[in-house]
Amino acid sequence: METQIWTYIMVGVTFGIYLAVAFWAKAGSTKEFYVAGGGVHPIANGMATAADWMSAASFLSMAGLISFMGFGGAQYLMGWTGGYVLLALLLAPYLRKFGKFTVPDFIGERYYSKNARLVALICALFVSFTYVVGQMRGVGVAFARFLDVQFETGVLIGIGIVFFYAVLGGMKGITYTQVAQYCVLIFAFTVPAIFISLQMTGNPIPQLGFGGTLKDGTYLLDKLNQLSIDLGFEEYTSVDANNTVNMFFITAALMFGTAGLPHVIVRFFTVPRVKDARTSAGYALVFIAILYTTAPAIAAFARTNFINTVSNTAYMKVPAWFTNWENTGLLKFEDKNSDGVIQYVADKDLNELTIDRDIMVLANPEIANLPAWVVALVVAGGLAAALSTAAGLLLVISTSISHDLLKSYLKPDISEKGELRAARIAIAVAVVGAGLAGLNPPGFVAQVVALAFGLAASSFFPAIILGIFDKRMNREGAVSGMIVGILLTATYIIYFKPQLGGSGTPDGYWFGISPEGIGAFGMLINFIVALLISRLTAAPPKAVQELTESIRYPRRVSSD
Amino acid sequence: MSENNINKYWQRNLRYLMILLIIWFTASFGCGILFADTLNTIKLGGFPLGFWFAQQGSIYVFVILIFIYVSWMNKLDKEFDVDEK
Repeated sequence: METQIWTYIMVGVTFGIYLAVAFWAKAGSTKEFYVAGGGVHPIANGMATAADWMSAASFLSMAGLISFMGFGGAQYLMGWTGGYVLLALLLAPYLRKFGKFTVPDFIGERYYSKNARLVALICALFVSFTYVVGQMRGVGVAFARFLDVQFETGVLIGIGIVFFYAVLGGMKGITYTQVAQYCVLIFAFTVPAIFISLQMTGNPIPQLGFGGTLKDGTYLLDKLNQLSIDLGFEEYTSVDANNTVNMFFITAALMFGTAGLPHVIVRFFTVPRVKDARTSAGYALVFIAILYTTAPAIAAFARTNFINTVSNTAYMKVPAWFTNWENTGLLKFEDKNSDGVIQYVADKDLNELTIDRDIMVLANPEIANLPAWVVALVVAGGLAAALSTAAGLLLVISTSISHDLLKSYLKPDISEKGELRAARIAIAVAVVGAGLAGLNPPGFVAQVVALAFGLAASSFFPAIILGIFDKRMNREGAVSGMIVGILLTATYIIYFKPQLGGSGTPDGYWFGISPEGIGAFGMLINFIVALLISRLTAAPPKAVQELTESIRYPRRVSSD
Repeated sequence: MSENNINKYWQRNLRYLMILLIIWFTASFGCGILFADTLNTIKLGGFPLGFWFAQQGSIYVFVILIFIYVSWMNKLDKEFDVDEK
């Protein structure tokens, strides 16, 4: 059967499942809408968190990036998983004990300040919105390429689906749909990897096949290193010593950024007990790790297969997938020396092949000659990843508006019913807004993701950590720390990103840190400023000190 | 529970955090980045060791650390009688 038909079937069936789940898990109260009633089982919450976290970028782009970066690609692997250790150990249990709905809630109460809350609110909105636009765009691209519909139609279908289950079910609907989406996406990601691992190394577990031997008895990675050197590239597994400091900072910025992202943190408000918040972070990381340890294996398999298939192959004899991707413009061959043979080498003047890294995961099953249904499955998986992340982000946006803005600022006397209606309207507006922005994305969207992580790391993370671990931390310290951290990080990123209109060049980087890694530096400065200022100003009120004390213990204890 | 006990509970928690975070840092930033080049001279099956830590090992360590923390804290909560019934 044709790939096209398989794709329609896979996407149709999975979407049907999501809608059925959403209908079943309808939200009746604001508590259900914001935090799924606070009664989600830790394993289900772990799956939902994993689906929420792994976006179209993790699913479609990451393995491709690693396959062209080799060792250096590890910054994404460690950066996007290591933050969960920080979440489980330093944030989740305490925020669960605090027992409110949002990050601005915590900031506002712990620092007894409406302004602090407003700063947090604006950051949360900005971070979530830039993220969600990228997801909607991913949905549009996947539809356009595989279902043969217009890009715009693809985005509209995506809006329709998310609209239905997010508006109806709130966090409850989203959480249970995400559980289903996790199952789809992890199945779709690992099945092709298992096939390819078996094909190349005879080992069905990609994580082991990655370090296994090929048919000719050489280790896969040794072979790949040799191929890379032959074509003039760096060895795949070797360390670029000049990049160590930068890699350190990028990894740190991604880790601390993860631990500071509002749509990830809010997940730990949905479980019943403090104990469950700890466990839930553990399950979430297990579910994430399945994909994140498979991705580098896929990267190495794909790279080896790709080089073997195209390098020094006569252009007339290329396989069908090559021609298909050429038609999309994401793969280009230019016969510079007119010998009709593809020269794929590191030297820019001699190289005849340009590849968009994003196509590796989608093209991989075709390169390895896997059956059509596997290719269709990968498309359904990519859509699941994009939709689940978009839904989680949209919920943060709607909660910020209805709860943090409306209920806390504009109309504190609003009834529960009114707030629930406002939340539904807010999420509807957010879905449509994100969809429209996805249709005409401002050119800087991809660049802004660095900013999102940088801001989360340099603003939220220190403010929350200090709010839990430093009883003496006061409003003055936290607010000045956040402001300095944000300003420093944002200025640096904008200045050094030509796409954002900055005029800086890499020669001017501080200590060689690229804009992607500056969030970690901004975070350090935030910590220092906050600690200094707080010690020079008055201690926080007694009630706040008691609040800080109380979130440290799972059960309320009277200190008699 | 007395003030004294509350402090003891918190100190123990902080000590656990310290131990686990040192391992967290060593596995990722240490073995995966700072010492990766040196570790690459050692082979683990088909993997150079530094490369393995960077792209596989650190992630396994992260998972294990969280579950160790969960089990330590569950015990500690019971010991100090602050666990949720």
